[in-house]
Amino acid sequence: MTELSRNRSDAVAALEIDRVGKLFDVAGRRVEALRDISFSVRPGEFVAIVGASGCGKSTLLRLILGLDTDYQGEIRLDGRRVEKPALDRGIVFQDHRLLPWLTAEGNVAAALRRSGLPRRERRRLVAEHLKLVGLENFAGAWPAQLSGGMSQRVAIARALVNRPRFLLLDEPLGALDALTRLRLQDELARIVRQEGTTALLVTHDVDEAVFLADRIIVLQPDPGRIARIVEVDLDGYRDRSAPAFLRLRDEILDTLGVRHAPQQAIATAA
Amino acid sequence: MSEIAVVMAARSVWRPVLMSLVAPALLIVLWQAIVATHLVAPYILPSPATVLARFQNELDGGTFWGDVAASLSRALGGFALGAPAGLAFGLLLGLSRLAGRLFGPIFLAYRQIALFAWVPLLSLWFGGGEAGKLAFIAISAFAPATVNTWRAAATIPAPYRELSRALIFGRLDHLRLIALPSALPGILTGLRSALIHAWLATVGAELFLDIAPGLGGRLNEGRDKFEVDLMIVALTALAVLGLGFSQLAAAAERRSIRWSRR
Repeated sequence: MTELSRNRSDAVAALEIDRVGKLFDVAGRRVEALRDISFSVRPGEFVAIVGASGCGKSTLLRLILGLDTDYQGEIRLDGRRVEKPALDRGIVFQDHRLLPWLTAEGNVAAALRRSGLPRRERRRLVAEHLKLVGLENFAGAWPAQLSGGMSQRVAIARALVNRPRFLLLDEPLGALDALTRLRLQDELARIVRQEGTTALLVTHDVDEAVFLADRIIVLQPDPGRIARIVEVDLDGYRDRSAPAFLRLRDEILDTLGVRHAPQQAIATAA
Repeated sequence: MSEIAVVMAARSVWRPVLMSLVAPALLIVLWQAIVATHLVAPYILPSPATVLARFQNELDGGTFWGDVAASLSRALGGFALGAPAGLAFGLLLGLSRLAGRLFGPIFLAYRQIALFAWVPLLSLWFGGGEAGKLAFIAISAFAPATVNTWRAAATIPAPYRELSRALIFGRLDHLRLIALPSALPGILTGLRSALIHAWLATVGAELFLDIAPGLGGRLNEGRDKFEVDLMIVALTALAVLGLGFSQLAAAAERRSIRWSRR
């Protein structure tokens, strides 16, 4: 990579994934999890990565977070190679991963331990983010007392409380029931817009990706590689049953090898 | 109807207690039956009534409460010496991979030595008096506290460790917010086990080291004087007090993990 191209990409992309590959040793056998993944994310963009399970999409997120630095190629944030986790990246895991021995408030505050902010400022930020996810009245609740959806809201508040440049979402709604998932998708759209953070969502739910993302990266498995990248040209609030929405959804499902004939019929009828 | 409901509720509360008393009651009946056959001499197996009278006698004019106090304070003293040391050592072994590699094997080797095998050496080093007894009880409490803490601290779930890295916790934050709370249930199990071991070791120390006030001493006295009734009183007291110990420890354990309560 030359200086010139690096400088140019600095100006455009906040996150660059550059020919990334990842090998695992599974029971003495080499397994290729990711091959030649390249894309970049602009500041403020919402990018979704969709694919069947086992296509390496969560692995990719772990690499971006900096939990694993043993891979080929390069992942750069603002032109610098990712070496380790930092507070400029907040993560929401599929399991909410709240610490059961801390209250909702305590869990959000835990993310501020390394922020270097004074105590009063931290308290303000925690309260503000609990309010952002609509849980200001549950600050003192233990995770065992919260529903799955509420726990995931706390996890989102925890991921955002440092005002990270990147919000990494690893199938954050995958473990929730269908109704809660729809409601939290709305919430997530609002929260990300309000915070102005750059978001990277890993999901196997194509509807979710079309609803939330500006751009969708479709991965295919064995080894995990990019099948195509789809721009989502839907403005404003996205009606989940609008023909354009359904058309895009079915297009992506097609790429993933899933046919959706009945929905197609509805789309053309409408 | 409501009367039945009240009876039913009372029954559900008392039922486990009542059921736990069935076996002891049967034992006493069997014991009385054997005594009634006159096949066994009374000095080998005195009747339940004789033992009860002896107990009353001990309470009235004897040293019973003094013996109980002596044994209890010895157990707690040894526990106070051994358990915190085990806790600290277990944390070191579990949290530092280097320490685990360096000291884990020798600790496992130490575990292969039966506790009572330490008695001769400890009595040479610390004497057969109070110091020797406390040393023996302390090393008895040390091992279970170490093992359980070690295991709990070494098996902090990977998702929590990952979270700790994602939130870029330093060592102290990791210890305070992740490692210790995550290991707490195991640590408490270790402390409870240490308490029970300390109680068991107390009697061992009292039996095998110098005679001193305490329930173990009374057992020795019963053997020397051929007073089986005294021995049965002492054994029953050991069982009841030990049961009380473990119940108290279990209650303390439940209380201190308040976050898991809904």
